Amino acid sequence: MTAALGKDLLGLEPLTGEQIQLILDTAEPFKEISERAIKKVPTLRGSTIVNLFFENSTRTRISFEFAEKRLSADTVNVAASGSSVAKGETLVDTARNLEAMRIDMVVIRHGASGAAKFLAERIESNVINAGDGTHEHPTQALLDMLTLRDNFKKLAGLKVCICGDVLHSRVARSNIWGLQKMGAEVAVCGPRSLLPNAIDQMGVTVFSRIEEAIEWADALNILRLQLERMTAGYIPSLREYNRVFGVTRERLERAPKDILILHPGPMNRGVEIDSDVADGPHSVILPQVTNGVAIRMAILYLLAGGKPELAEAAKSGAN
Amino acid sequence: MLLDARAIERTLRRMAGSVVEMNGGTDNLVIVGIQRRGVQLAQRIVSYIHDAEGKELPQGALDITLYRDDLQTVGPRPVVGATTLPGSIDGKCVVIVDDVLYTGRTIRAALDELADFGRPARIMLAVLIDRGGRELPIQPDVVGKKVDAKSGDRVDVLVDDLDGEWGAVLVPAASQ
Repeated sequence: MTAALGKDLLGLEPLTGEQIQLILDTAEPFKEISERAIKKVPTLRGSTIVNLFFENSTRTRISFEFAEKRLSADTVNVAASGSSVAKGETLVDTARNLEAMRIDMVVIRHGASGAAKFLAERIESNVINAGDGTHEHPTQALLDMLTLRDNFKKLAGLKVCICGDVLHSRVARSNIWGLQKMGAEVAVCGPRSLLPNAIDQMGVTVFSRIEEAIEWADALNILRLQLERMTAGYIPSLREYNRVFGVTRERLERAPKDILILHPGPMNRGVEIDSDVADGPHSVILPQVTNGVAIRMAILYLLAGGKPELAEAAKSGAN
Repeated sequence: MLLDARAIERTLRRMAGSVVEMNGGTDNLVIVGIQRRGVQLAQRIVSYIHDAEGKELPQGALDITLYRDDLQTVGPRPVVGATTLPGSIDGKCVVIVDDVLYTGRTIRAALDELADFGRPARIMLAVLIDRGGRELPIQPDVVGKKVDAKSGDRVDVLVDDLDGEWGAVLVPAASQ
């Protein structure tokens, strides 16, 4: 299989369309496992996975933990506060010490862009990027794509607009790369101060008015406005942001067609998205969360084990 | 050629009859095929039971990939298919249907997977070809054809949906 993944999942930029397709297709049968009475299969029995979270996270960490547990892996959660990291230990030293305890995989979230790659190059365990700085958040983009595919049956030709704080968003970057590789058209919409200067070079359409984005799109992926951005002077006020860029029911009702609404969470209701929209009939925000577990199970399954040198020995007896 | 399309039909009809006979009727029967070729065979057994007994039995599909005992050693990762069971299997007589029985490891995985779905009153095993060579203490209840294949030989069952025709062939080690 040429589409096989390598040792790590660091981002979607280095992946091919076939590899993304493989992950999305593999996630399909994993959805069913979470619907069973006994939500567990023995696939990763005996594997040890460390969730190394240097930044706060609820949804992503819990989603990874569910995925790991439903595959029967043993998991350990390490948060930066309360660990040796708070005493000044470096990232590599922390990871090497964990590796010395014979672990198999590390899921890492870190505030520095490139932290996952840095780690992957220095340890033997599989590394999964759960968000690195403003660089990439591949599993989020994959679950967004799975949710889009569930609703539209295909990604090629789909028009997706990513709205809000694109500048600081690893979710935006992973989505742009991933969707484009799958043949979707991507646009961004937000205040100029929250769009990267070189956004045109990513091959996306840029809308400066949310009304134009709504007119154009099949789906909106609405990013969280990180509240600390306001104090940093990127936008004048939350109320003004909502007035100009907020996705409201009134704005959506003027659209030529129904638009699917995605949000990676956590939401600021009444800022980037109104409650009417978040809880409305076209919102797939909770299905996104459900799909997140399936996507992460698929990635764990695809990366774990499969040591090629042992494959020969186990060739016999497929029946 | 071990079985041609007509022989497969005859064999599956006989197997369908044996399944009903062993269960003492069609009550509580659930037919579950193992992905991928067992699913097609299970469909035909269900339709032959319907022909003979006038009853459409519930059927399901089982993908045992995630229960394999060699996942840590095979690479690249095998494709995972769908698992769908028709409601609760508690107290039912579940018939596992597969194309070829060889080492018994697939069936071991299937038994483990079924146990995660419930507690059937009984589990039976129906296979189109038993080629011998067991590595685990597993025995079929209903066998279409018994073949004495050597360890390097391949026994392939062909089904219409995947292979464009029905048949069963033995490919000797020497000719692979």
